[in-house]
Amino acid sequence: MAGTEVLGRVTWRTGKVVSLRDETSTARTIAIEVRDWPGHVAGQHVDVRLTAPDGYSAVRSYSIASAPNSDRRIEITVERLEDGEVSPYLTQEVAIGDELDLRGPIGGWFVWHVDQTEPIQLIAGGSGIVPLMAIIRSRLASASNARFRLLYSLREPAAAFYKDELQAISIRGESVILSYAFTRITPKDWPRPASRIDAALLSENVWPSHLSPTCYVCGPTSFVEHVAGLLIAAGMDRGRIRTERFGSTGEHK
Amino acid sequence: MAIISRGFSGRRSAGEVKLPPGQYLTTDFPVLSAGPTPRISLDRWEFTIDDGTNVMQRWDWNSFRDLPRETITVDLHCVTRWSKLGTSWEGVSFDTLLANVKTDLPFAMIHSYGDYTTNLPLKDLLSKQAWIAFKYDGTDLAPEHGGPARLLVPHLYLWKSAKWVKGLTLMKDDKPGFWEGLGYHIYGDPWREQRYSEE
Repeated sequence: MAGTEVLGRVTWRTGKVVSLRDETSTARTIAIEVRDWPGHVAGQHVDVRLTAPDGYSAVRSYSIASAPNSDRRIEITVERLEDGEVSPYLTQEVAIGDELDLRGPIGGWFVWHVDQTEPIQLIAGGSGIVPLMAIIRSRLASASNARFRLLYSLREPAAAFYKDELQAISIRGESVILSYAFTRITPKDWPRPASRIDAALLSENVWPSHLSPTCYVCGPTSFVEHVAGLLIAAGMDRGRIRTERFGSTGEHK
Repeated sequence: MAIISRGFSGRRSAGEVKLPPGQYLTTDFPVLSAGPTPRISLDRWEFTIDDGTNVMQRWDWNSFRDLPRETITVDLHCVTRWSKLGTSWEGVSFDTLLANVKTDLPFAMIHSYGDYTTNLPLKDLLSKQAWIAFKYDGTDLAPEHGGPARLLVPHLYLWKSAKWVKGLTLMKDDKPGFWEGLGYHIYGDPWREQRYSEE
């Protein structure tokens, strides 16, 4: 895979905030219009730069949540970190009409291309859903027939991002099979007590290894370590497991 | 020209710490890897140095651990923008590992268990700039941080400090490793902010 193909030109661009949507009490989706956006591949991220009046600046990377499209608009979903420097600003201060410096798209490994035909297994822990949502949206917006499954592990039902959209996908019965796991609080009448993902839950909710799926696992480090270990124990080819880890803390710590 | 972010003041580092451009301080030790963490048993571990044709040096775990070890305290700078200061390691320097290797080949490709690779000039491995580390903070290196042993080359972005190392191949010409082939900088100096290939 050629790096330059998926890296794009890493110059700073100006984006304009065109809409804001709260996903949860701590996470917000920001739609940004970027006039010279070169397009991206599902799974890539952008660097966002904030600059104070005295020139001090801080840059953080955020996964792109939206599917590649031609309308020069991308969405990112930002989870507010209590001790964060950039995420509190992006989830609380930023307003429609504000301009942001951003750079990207970046990343050529944790990506899904529409010409991939093999079964795809997505496994998200918490806010790790963001790049996987871009992959699902990319799949649904394309002519792809690839078979998809998403296993979405959450602390509690209220922590879910993209609730309505995922529910609609689930109801329409499109070829994305969704399942959830809850680690602290389950919905009422949920058949399984709250617990971390284990081998039994995994075997019921992911493609069997003989289908040779490509697996994309994204979430906090301990989640990714745990799930990748279970996938290998279940016979998955380690070369087909791609991981992306968000920081060192998380629900499974 | 940067856009001023209305209402943003940021959180400056308190002390006089000088970080490479675009980095922020963390006290965590985040983990970044492209795939699952390989589990390598010590009785099958080895590290080799070759020139693409012949193996020039080979150590198993015991002979590797018999080499002179050093305590190293260094700052780490990850391309994902976190920096961690004053980390403490134990390892074997490449000055020791390469002491009996005679070569004119100026570049190196590092290979890892799990098929990761990264490239760097051979001179960046010498002069007490690079080690194979097997302890972090006084304890055996955890698998998710690269154990049993990882490259430690702290003057470059941390992706160059390959985890789970198993060998070094000397090369006539520089060639991109894993991330370098996916658009990251061929050299990766944090002080010159060489994050991506076009910088």
